[in-house]
Amino acid sequence: MSEENKNWQAICASTELTEPLGVRALLGDEQVAIFKVKNELYAVSAIDPFTNAAVLARGIVGDLSGKTVVASPIYKQHFCLSSGACLEDEDVSVKTYAVRDNGGQIELAQH
Amino acid sequence: MSKQRIVVVGNGMVGHKFIDNLATHENAEDYEIITFSEEPRLAYDRVQLSAYFSGSTAEDLMLTSEAYYQEKGVNYVLKDKVVTLDTQAKKVVTESGREEPYDKLVLATGSFPFVPPIPGRDQPHCLVYRTIEDLEAMTASAKVSKIGVVVGGGLLGLEAGNALKNLGLEVHVVEFAPRLMAVQLDEGGGALLRSKITALGVQVHTEKNTQDIVAGETCRYRMNFADGSHLETDMILFSAGIRPQDELARKYDIAIGERGGIVVDNNCLTNVDDVYAIGECALWEGRIYGLVAPGYQMAKVAVSHITGGEEQFTGADMSTKLKLLGVDVASIGDAQGRTPGCKSYVYQDGVAEVYKRLIVSEDNKKLLGVVLVGDVEAYGTLQQMCVHNMDLPESPEALILPAVEGGADAGMGVDALPDAAHICTCHEVTKGDICSAVAGGVATIGDLKAETKAGTGCGGCVSLATQLMNSELTKLGVEVNTDLCEHFAYTRQDLYNLVRIGKIKTFDDLIEKHGKGLGCDICKPTVGSVLASCWNDYVLEDAHAGLQDTNDHFLANLQKNGTYSIVPRVAGGEIKPEGLIAMGQIALKYNLYTKITGGQRIDLFGAQQHELPLIWKELIDAGFETGHAYGKSLRTVKSCVGKTWCRYGVLDSAGMAIRLENRYKGLRSPHKLKVGVSGCTRECAEAQSKDIGVIATENGWSLYVCGNGGMKPRHGDLFATGLDDATLIQYIDRVLMFYVRTGDRLQRTSVWMDNMEGGLDYLKSVVIDDKLGACEALEAEMEHVVDTYQCEWKTTIEDPEKVKRFRTFVNSDEKDNTVVFVEEREQIRPASEEEIVRFVEPEPA
Repeated sequence: MSEENKNWQAICASTELTEPLGVRALLGDEQVAIFKVKNELYAVSAIDPFTNAAVLARGIVGDLSGKTVVASPIYKQHFCLSSGACLEDEDVSVKTYAVRDNGGQIELAQH
Repeated sequence: MSKQRIVVVGNGMVGHKFIDNLATHENAEDYEIITFSEEPRLAYDRVQLSAYFSGSTAEDLMLTSEAYYQEKGVNYVLKDKVVTLDTQAKKVVTESGREEPYDKLVLATGSFPFVPPIPGRDQPHCLVYRTIEDLEAMTASAKVSKIGVVVGGGLLGLEAGNALKNLGLEVHVVEFAPRLMAVQLDEGGGALLRSKITALGVQVHTEKNTQDIVAGETCRYRMNFADGSHLETDMILFSAGIRPQDELARKYDIAIGERGGIVVDNNCLTNVDDVYAIGECALWEGRIYGLVAPGYQMAKVAVSHITGGEEQFTGADMSTKLKLLGVDVASIGDAQGRTPGCKSYVYQDGVAEVYKRLIVSEDNKKLLGVVLVGDVEAYGTLQQMCVHNMDLPESPEALILPAVEGGADAGMGVDALPDAAHICTCHEVTKGDICSAVAGGVATIGDLKAETKAGTGCGGCVSLATQLMNSELTKLGVEVNTDLCEHFAYTRQDLYNLVRIGKIKTFDDLIEKHGKGLGCDICKPTVGSVLASCWNDYVLEDAHAGLQDTNDHFLANLQKNGTYSIVPRVAGGEIKPEGLIAMGQIALKYNLYTKITGGQRIDLFGAQQHELPLIWKELIDAGFETGHAYGKSLRTVKSCVGKTWCRYGVLDSAGMAIRLENRYKGLRSPHKLKVGVSGCTRECAEAQSKDIGVIATENGWSLYVCGNGGMKPRHGDLFATGLDDATLIQYIDRVLMFYVRTGDRLQRTSVWMDNMEGGLDYLKSVVIDDKLGACEALEAEMEHVVDTYQCEWKTTIEDPEKVKRFRTFVNSDEKDNTVVFVEEREQIRPASEEEIVRFVEPEPA
């Protein structure tokens, strides 16, 4: 789906984001974690698939072997913010979302 | 076959060792053991007797327990002395008339203190130093005495002197010989020891021959000496050597040496069939061994002979290394230089007060003996060289000269040791054992201790064991990577120094200058903690907020369902009824699960992210402050009520606990810190299981360090005794800050201590003797942390921008629907997975 055809939802002002802290947003009834790292925006599901707790927006962000990742604050697995893949368990991943800064407004959409 | 009856006369350290070895032998079921003791309790550690005066109880000194003997089927009879022996009928009879037949008899009757036949020696405050009952008598006497004299300047005499000093007396040591420790030291070593001990306030009188003890003028007694001088004292402690307790053997024709002692052969057998003698009552080749290690060897040999083994007793190494009145002393082999033709090397440093002497063979090829006073670091290597008769290096003097920076390694190196060399004599760990442990993957001293037990007895071999391990690792080509993570090629300690010296205030600055990449969940919290330890800025500043683990980031403890628990500080566990009521009302209002913690606080569970600032606003209004339960920082100071209420308390433990908690609250450290303060040696606050443990005694505070509960419990090491409030706090400041400086990431103080080269003695030298010259800086750094304390929750709720970070959703006021509670025992708890499925997707009707 091209960027324009997506159903973009306005979430908050971009000033609400502090690098590299995550925030949590609702897209419909889905909990989404949004991060801004080195001026790049990322959005992944906020639910930690290992515990089903909505904690990923509260994880520490960093890089491992060149991938930008967030570490789950519960058992510390790492999830790639671009692909959603879990670095410790290739069978597990989190859903990713489209995210953009549209003139000072953070917007989310389903991929 | 019926069981063989083994009767053991005497249940001291060696008698117990024998029983323990036999009772755990693979053929233990072939033997029935019965032991008699004239003392009212089973074996205890006489070597550590002086610990009784620095807080240890008789209980702590016990080497075994009645329960253990019962479990092993060992019969024991206390307070009943064996008085008759019939070697024909093979039976013994006790004072109470009890008769016991034996198949094998083991005499482990030990020794008794020698009291010189001085007129007046039988008076009430003339005591000896051997049993727990003796210690009780000393304590009672010390209460009504100001001055105490120890007769005997040997090893035991100086130990006893230390005990009297701990009891608060003015101490004099009176010695017949011209120097102290005449058996173990040479003249130079004895002289330095004397000057050091004198500097500690113990007065030494040598070449004094006591003529009589009469009524004193200024004190209770006066001791008159042969040279016409005299000394006034309130109590006298005889510690002039030991005599073998051979009375029983003597009465029944068992061979006795000319000057006492039951004669034994290499199997520890006496001249009478089936009768053995072991320990200090036994005389082997004309020698009595007054140390515990040779006694243990004899116990092993006797067990071996009884069970058909082949071990022999062939003499024992009498080398010793110990701390007497705080002075390090070691003696190896022929310390006096009595071997004909021997030569010696002497190094003396009058400024640092160090004396070292090597006694070498005539041809300068072998090491015969060593004396070390003031610096005993070389003991391990030298003792091994001596025992294994190894060749000396070309310049033997290098072995005792101080290491010069950049100079070649002077020591012989551990590589030269044979595989059979005993590195740890306490647990009989050889070089070969350590090498195979390293080959099996051990790479830290902590793991080495766990794997081989090396270094877990007296600890004297830790430095040698570490050298050996490192040398083996190098040989195996193992490069120990101590990098913190892929972003920093440094250890936590390196980063601490970079931050401190470079005055670096933010993570971004540090990673730009000394690291690479963005950082990760390893280095970010580590650096966050280091920055907080050094500068103590507010942890949720924008520059620091992203470094914090979620616990620190939300200043609460994350639980499995994504909610948090809250632990307000309750310093020392002391809380007013108003506080309890307020906390209860807040818990009711926010429907929180409440539970008392192990650290005497109250934990409120089930708070959602957005509720945290609301709850904390109310807690702060009620007078509470953050408890740092979420941080790698001081948690709680557990205490008992102490002297204020308790019938047994001797100092105000609750007051001290509150003082310590308020001083160290907010200190960020490599890992969490727990402290305990007990008001007496009953130890109700379990202080010995804390990182810092403080126990009140009648002479002041005893300080224990590096204890731990948890998965691998470790009793704290006794660090200092008889401290006043100010000194106690000064030492704790220094210990904690040194830990903050040098600890590894997530390394508790117990592991920090286990891995510290030089161990407890090294930490003491840094903190008490200021070996590194760092004490002033350590105190200043602590003072900064104390002065800049802030309640992080108070700062947070006063800043609306920070409070916004606690919102659950940035775009909605809805609640987090993954958080589901159910009730259990009339409180909430997180719903289990099955319960959540039912709740979210009800089955169609």
